[in-house]
Amino acid sequence: MKNITLPMDKETVKCLKAGDSVLISGTIMTARDCAHKRIFEYIKDGKTLPFELKDSVIYYAGPCPAKPEMASGSCGPTTSARMDSFAPTLLNMGLGGMIGKGEMSDEVREAIKKNTCVYFAAIGGAGALYGSAIKKSECIAFPDLLSEAVYKLEVENFPVVVAYDCFGGSIY
Amino acid sequence: MRIVNTKEISEAVYRMALHAGVNLTPTCQNALKKACSEEKSEAAGFALETLLKNAEIAKKNAMPVCQDTGMAVVIMEIGQQVYLEGELLRDAVNDGVRRAYNDGYFRKSVCNPITRENTGDNTPAVIHTEIVSGDKIKITFLPKGFGSENMSKMYMLKPAQGVEGIISAIVETVRLAGSRPCPPVYVGVGIGGTFDTCAFLAKKAITRDVGTSNPDKKIAEIEAEALKRINELDIGCQGFHGSTTALGVSCEWAPTHIAGLPVAVNIQCHCVRCEKEIL
Repeated sequence: MKNITLPMDKETVKCLKAGDSVLISGTIMTARDCAHKRIFEYIKDGKTLPFELKDSVIYYAGPCPAKPEMASGSCGPTTSARMDSFAPTLLNMGLGGMIGKGEMSDEVREAIKKNTCVYFAAIGGAGALYGSAIKKSECIAFPDLLSEAVYKLEVENFPVVVAYDCFGGSIY
Repeated sequence: MRIVNTKEISEAVYRMALHAGVNLTPTCQNALKKACSEEKSEAAGFALETLLKNAEIAKKNAMPVCQDTGMAVVIMEIGQQVYLEGELLRDAVNDGVRRAYNDGYFRKSVCNPITRENTGDNTPAVIHTEIVSGDKIKITFLPKGFGSENMSKMYMLKPAQGVEGIISAIVETVRLAGSRPCPPVYVGVGIGGTFDTCAFLAKKAITRDVGTSNPDKKIAEIEAEALKRINELDIGCQGFHGSTTALGVSCEWAPTHIAGLPVAVNIQCHCVRCEKEIL
C-alpha cells in the first residue's frame, strides 16, 4: 500500500504502476456528466474556468447530501466511461489525473501516457466509506447542478487502485 | 373486502426506502463474504474487503451504502379484495419516496431525460401494480442504481436459438459490461412474454434473494450454467480480475409467441438493496 499526498508532481506519478493500492490524502474535486458538459461550454466560449485545472485530480462522483454532523454524504465513484469524450481535452490542458470506476477509452489511455498522468479506480459502491474519508467539502462551481456540481473535497486515506499508469499499463 | 388507506402504503414505502438505501440485503452480504473468502486476485480481494467494510460503515452511520440511491422502483401485488381509500395510490407512493430521500440524506437522481433538469426530490417512482388474489398488499421496494442499469440489454432471439441462445445472450451482456456496472453483479433475466413484459420480468428477477434458484428445473439449469460461464470471464470484482464476476443469475419467465424468444438482461450491481413488506 502506497501513500500519496496531492498535488502530485510528475516524479510521484512515475512511481505508480497499474494494480498498486494507494491511499490518497489532499484535495480533489468532483465533476460528472453535467459539470463536464458545462466545463466544455466554458472552453468553447473561451471563458476562464471557475477553478484551477492544472495538476488537479477530478473525481467522477456525485455525493449524497451531508448529514449535519458530517463533512460529506456518501460519495463513491461513478462510471468513468461516460466521461471518455471529455477526458483527453482536459488532460491535454494540464489536468493531473482522474478517479473513477471502470475502463475508459483508448484515447483516454493515450492522453494519460502522453501527459504523464494517472487514472485511479476507486471501489464502486463503497459510498459510505469514501464519504467518511472526506474531511471537508465545499461547492466551488455550478451549484445549480446539485449533486452534479463541482465540489472541492479534502480527503484523508482515500483507498484507490492505480487503473491506468503513465506508461500505458492497465489493471483491466 | 378490506379497506386500506393509502396513507399506510405511503408510510410503508417511507420505511422501506430508508432501510433499503442504507442496508444491503442479508443474502447479498453473505454472497460478498463468500466471494471475499474465496478470492485469489489481490486487487479484487482488496476491493471485496473494502465493500464489506463499507457495508459496516453505512450501517453504523446510517448513511447510504452507495451514493447512487437509485430510482425508486416499487412493485405492488394488490389483493383483489382490497379497497383503497385516501389519496391516489401513485401520489401516496411518491410521497413516501420524497420524504425518505429527504430524511435519509439520499441523493436525488431523477431528471428530465432531455433538459436533464433534476426533479429535486427523486420522484416520480417507477410503480408497477398487479392484482392478485386475497386481501393483502405485498410491496417490494428496489432502489435501482444506473451504473448497472445502463449495462442492461434486450434481445429478440429466434426460437431456434433456444436455451443456448439464452445463455449466450446473458453471458455476452455481462462480458460487454466489463468493469463498468460495479461487478460482482447480480444478473436479472426475463425470458418470454412480449418486449415490455420481458423487461419487467428481468427487473422482478433481481428482487429475488441472491443465492436462490427458480423453482422450474429447466430455468434453474439456465441460471446455473450462465453463472458458471460468467464467472469464467475473469472480470472479477470492479474489473480487477478474479473468480467472482457475478453473485448470481436469477431468471423469471412467461409464455411467449410462437414466432419469438425475447430475453431481457437487467444488470444489478453488487449493492443489492431490496425491501419487502406485506400489509
